[in-house]
Amino acid sequence: MISSVIIATGFLTITGLVLALLLVLAEKRILNYGECKISINNGEKELNVAGGSSLLASLAENDIFIPSACGGRGSCAYCKLKVLEGGGAIGPVEEPYLSDEERKTNVRLSCQVKVRNDLKIEIPKELFSVKRFTGIVEHKKPLTYDITELRIKLTDPATIDFTAGQYIQLESKEYKGRESVMRAYSVASIPSDNQAIELNIRLVPDGICTTWVFDHLKEGQPVNFSGPYGEFRLSGTEAPIIFIAGGSGMAPIWSIIRDMKEKNINRKASYFFGAHSQKDLFYFDELKALEKELPWLTYIPALSGEPENSDWKGERGRITEIVPKLFPDCSQHEAYLCGSPGMIDASIEILTKAGMPKEKIYFDKFA
Amino acid sequence: MTAIQDMSLFTSIIVIFISAAFTDNILLARFLGMCSCLGVSKKVDTSMGLGAAVIFVTASTAALNFLVYQYILIPFHLEFLRLITFIIVIAAFVQLIEMIIERFSPALYNALGIFLPLITVNCAILGISLFMLNKPYGFWQTFAFGLGGGFGWFLAITLIGGIREKIREEALPNGLAGPGITLIIIGIMSLAFVGFSGMIKI
Repeated sequence: MISSVIIATGFLTITGLVLALLLVLAEKRILNYGECKISINNGEKELNVAGGSSLLASLAENDIFIPSACGGRGSCAYCKLKVLEGGGAIGPVEEPYLSDEERKTNVRLSCQVKVRNDLKIEIPKELFSVKRFTGIVEHKKPLTYDITELRIKLTDPATIDFTAGQYIQLESKEYKGRESVMRAYSVASIPSDNQAIELNIRLVPDGICTTWVFDHLKEGQPVNFSGPYGEFRLSGTEAPIIFIAGGSGMAPIWSIIRDMKEKNINRKASYFFGAHSQKDLFYFDELKALEKELPWLTYIPALSGEPENSDWKGERGRITEIVPKLFPDCSQHEAYLCGSPGMIDASIEILTKAGMPKEKIYFDKFA
Repeated sequence: MTAIQDMSLFTSIIVIFISAAFTDNILLARFLGMCSCLGVSKKVDTSMGLGAAVIFVTASTAALNFLVYQYILIPFHLEFLRLITFIIVIAAFVQLIEMIIERFSPALYNALGIFLPLITVNCAILGISLFMLNKPYGFWQTFAFGLGGGFGWFLAITLIGGIREKIREEALPNGLAGPGITLIIIGIMSLAFVGFSGMIKI
């Protein structure tokens, strides 16, 4: 009796092991595609990778991080890029995520494209310098009733190299059945403070990532993000500047202004911050102090919904009314806008009306 | 009627193939492999894709399991382990096939998609490997039995797929749409296949 139990167990273990070993060997032999060459952006960069894994993973091995929130399962569709040659047919997992337009231009989900032969792909240039970071929430402090400041201390890599005005993509973790997503947030801290980043995050009702930050993320918890991304930054000219921001659009401007101070860039700058009432203002004292300290900076908060009889001594009204009042002629200025699409579109309209050429208006739309 | 043992090898192979495919149809007479059949038989071409893969796997695993049974399990008196051994052999074989197809025919691999791993849990395949033990077959006869069984399954799922394609636009009662009507179709078809039964006894 006992002997048959032992024989049976032994036999099954051995059979299982032998077959598993055979499969591993077969995988090594059969699924060996040799070395494949990935040519990026018309030969601008060439990578030699071992074939067999996904394009997303092969690129990540070579420190090119394509945004991806689902970890290559093919459910987030962030990792889209153009595969011009060698991608093979569109797989069943990709089907639902590709529009007709994208199919025509050879857009694929890089996590579903397997590197089987030489590939030619196209990715946005900025992704070359993008890295994936791990950090720990150093503090989370409310700035207003719906905006919180998140400071993330970097652990791996330990420092970040970015330009004031750029943004990162924060990865939310899964909670209560909501999937992991990536959301873009501008960096509010300055580039010289390179061992941590600060973000200003505004609570979006029922937003997956912001709800996670507000309700589930705790100080001391590890978080992941990738970056830096974006072309929003100060130009190299000497033209006087008009900054316009609203809500969490404060972040990149807050970073740029302090970066200017540090680098002794003394361009004349006027910062219009649009808010509803006093409870929506943040970094107010800090900005007022900076205004006193820096002769080139003027800070002009404007409140559109402040009660008539309150103690508010600053500007009242919409930002789009205040700017033309103070700057009837903007033809020599440059403008940097950051905030909701509605605010940006309205600001572009009034600025062009005041004589500013369109190419002098830089903006970062928070959609 | 001549018994299978008295036929020449060639005749017996043909007889076994035909009987396994028609009179003893694994899907319609024995109702095995129903889950993947219900899941995949919406269109003729996907049905045929899965059917073809099943033919290949049943024939190969029936032969493979025959060898394992005759030359490993019987000599070591481990016949009682046949069920689990067959399952392991089938799973490993499907994995291997999946790799080979992926390497040499990415187009077919893409087209078969999830069907290939599904075959591992298709009970028709295990069924064929187990039924062959009750029959006095040699190696080639077992192979024919597996091939015929797989072909029968292929035929059945393709026919069902064809009928489902035809009735897709029909106004069906809500409760019957989908698997409901498919099961009724399979029932009627199996009546037709029962008509074959008894034609050949193997």
